[in-house]
Amino acid sequence: MADIAVAPRAKPQFREASAWDQLKHNRNWLGLWFMLPAMAFLIFFLAYPLGLGIWLSFTDTRIGRVGHFVATENYEWLWDDSIFWLSVFNTLLYTFLASAIKFAIGLYLALLLNENMPFKAMLRAMVLIPFIVPTVLSALAFWWIFDSQFSIISWSLKHLGLISQNINFLGDATWARICVIFANIWRGVPFVAITLLAGLQTVSPSLYEAATLDGATSWQNFRYITYPLLTPIIAVVMTFSVLFTFTDFQLIWAMTRGGPVNATHLMATLSYQRAIIAGQLGEGAAISSAMIPFLLAAIMISWFGLQRRKWQQGESND
Amino acid sequence: MSSVQIRDVRKSFGNFEVLHGVTVPIEDGEFVVLVGPSGCGKSTLLRMLAGLENITSGTISIGDRVVNNVQPKERDIAMVFQNYALYPHMTVADNMGFSLKLRGASQDEIGKRVKRAAEILALAPLLERYPRQLSGGQRQRVAMGRAIVRDPQVFLFDEPLSNLDAKLRVAMRTEIKELHQRLKTTTVYVTHDQIEAMTMADKIVVMHDGIVEQMGSPLELYDKPANQFVAGFIGSPAMNFLKGKVRSNGVASFEGPNGVKLPLKTAPTASDGQPAVYGIRPEHFTIADDGAEAEIIVVEPTGSETQVFAKLGGEQVVAVFRERHQFNPGDKIRLKPDPSLVHLFDDATGKRLNA
Repeated sequence: MADIAVAPRAKPQFREASAWDQLKHNRNWLGLWFMLPAMAFLIFFLAYPLGLGIWLSFTDTRIGRVGHFVATENYEWLWDDSIFWLSVFNTLLYTFLASAIKFAIGLYLALLLNENMPFKAMLRAMVLIPFIVPTVLSALAFWWIFDSQFSIISWSLKHLGLISQNINFLGDATWARICVIFANIWRGVPFVAITLLAGLQTVSPSLYEAATLDGATSWQNFRYITYPLLTPIIAVVMTFSVLFTFTDFQLIWAMTRGGPVNATHLMATLSYQRAIIAGQLGEGAAISSAMIPFLLAAIMISWFGLQRRKWQQGESND
Repeated sequence: MSSVQIRDVRKSFGNFEVLHGVTVPIEDGEFVVLVGPSGCGKSTLLRMLAGLENITSGTISIGDRVVNNVQPKERDIAMVFQNYALYPHMTVADNMGFSLKLRGASQDEIGKRVKRAAEILALAPLLERYPRQLSGGQRQRVAMGRAIVRDPQVFLFDEPLSNLDAKLRVAMRTEIKELHQRLKTTTVYVTHDQIEAMTMADKIVVMHDGIVEQMGSPLELYDKPANQFVAGFIGSPAMNFLKGKVRSNGVASFEGPNGVKLPLKTAPTASDGQPAVYGIRPEHFTIADDGAEAEIIVVEPTGSETQVFAKLGGEQVVAVFRERHQFNPGDKIRLKPDPSLVHLFDDATGKRLNA
């Protein structure tokens, strides 16, 4: 029997997993690699330019000349610059008026498009048209519409006998402001309208039926059902709308270049004029950086606006 | 409280008529269930009653007032929706008090009536919660609370239990019935579930393809279905149907598929050899030596009863026994229908033949 004694079987070989093996199976390590392209993109094209801009605002860099650190000299300079303050005023006026009117018209259009009516799909698509025309092209169109000699508005009003002389739309400070705000509203309404329309469509129709049976008029339906249920999406839309409007550049630059006499200069256009046209990179960067506190304030307001409301907490209702 | 009269009501969507002249009288304080398969028009009828859909022709009156052209809010009805339609941004108390608020009731009045309704429905501890923080059954009760607070002439329920799990559904069923017994408000209740209809209704209206198939008390419908559709719809498991011919020479009997001989109490108005459908409920079979031979396919014990699927004359039938027989698939048994509980239907029209 001894000769058939079982030879001690070789123990199955378990190789200790090396650090490299563990790394290969580590989901976080894999995740890092997936994130890398996006991270690189954000760092090179967002974080780096932003940091560089802020750094430039503390130097006296000009085009073609390396700058030196001058601490807050650029800002002190701007503090006493009435044109800078005019641009701040213009930006706030522009943002406030344009955003408020865009919200009002956008909400109105959204409510209208949410109703059942003939050609609904076509009308919805048409609302988007201002949004798909490149900004500069629409700005050029408005430039012609508001031209001092060839304006179609002046021409029409003259032919109707309402005015005897052309209106100097872009040459008069008040008119110029009205015109650029109008152009911005025309361009921004589709975004607000379509987004709010999407929000409206998430409201269950049975809520309106229930409210109707409860005795609500259509105004009460809006006041007590639609509006409160829409507030989360209004917060999102208006944040974006305010951010886009505050940083607007293309429309102004194509229509008025900040004129007449700086009446339509926004912070963005003034920054461009000082930094790129005049070559004062440091000063231009300081103007740009001065926008940051305003933008942060807008984001903070919406951040609080976007907090989940008490009624949104808990399980889904469906 | 009020009676409701639905007279020859029709409804068309475009050229497509979905209700073909429906007449339903509803007495004051009655609990009426509209039941039928999907697409039979029961929900449309309820929505017309509520005023959410126009009436194409015919009249609906609540009390002695024709409400065809009366605004929903003027109809003095309250509705419980399938998805409850609770306002997600309002607390339970605000949800329940909303209709009173719109009518301009004082805060005191609203508070008092909401509190009363909350007590009836055991919602008092939940009044400050939001709908999202409630379970399905609680939401269901809030939806009912919203209806009760208004103290309407008529309650309308649109499949209110279909979003609940089976156990809760049974519990809520009892709760709604109890509520009706307490408040005695005229109620119209729509469901596709015949068990709900049977258990809750004073009167069931069975609808199918836009017409009323039969109207009556639950047991009337069970005992004397007017046609094959109602017979198949009411009762679970569904009634067995066997096609064949009536034999009335000598002793009345029925010749089923493949010549199976089935007992008949009396040959009805049908003449000898008339093609007909023999209907027998699963619970009306007994095992007897003079029964028809059947081969067992599947046995499903549920504890309280045993469902047996078997082939009888080549057709599958179901039989239900409360006794615990020892059955195995493949066994041959002799099934005997109780002749006094047999339903006979016309083969072509589906109309009931025996009295």
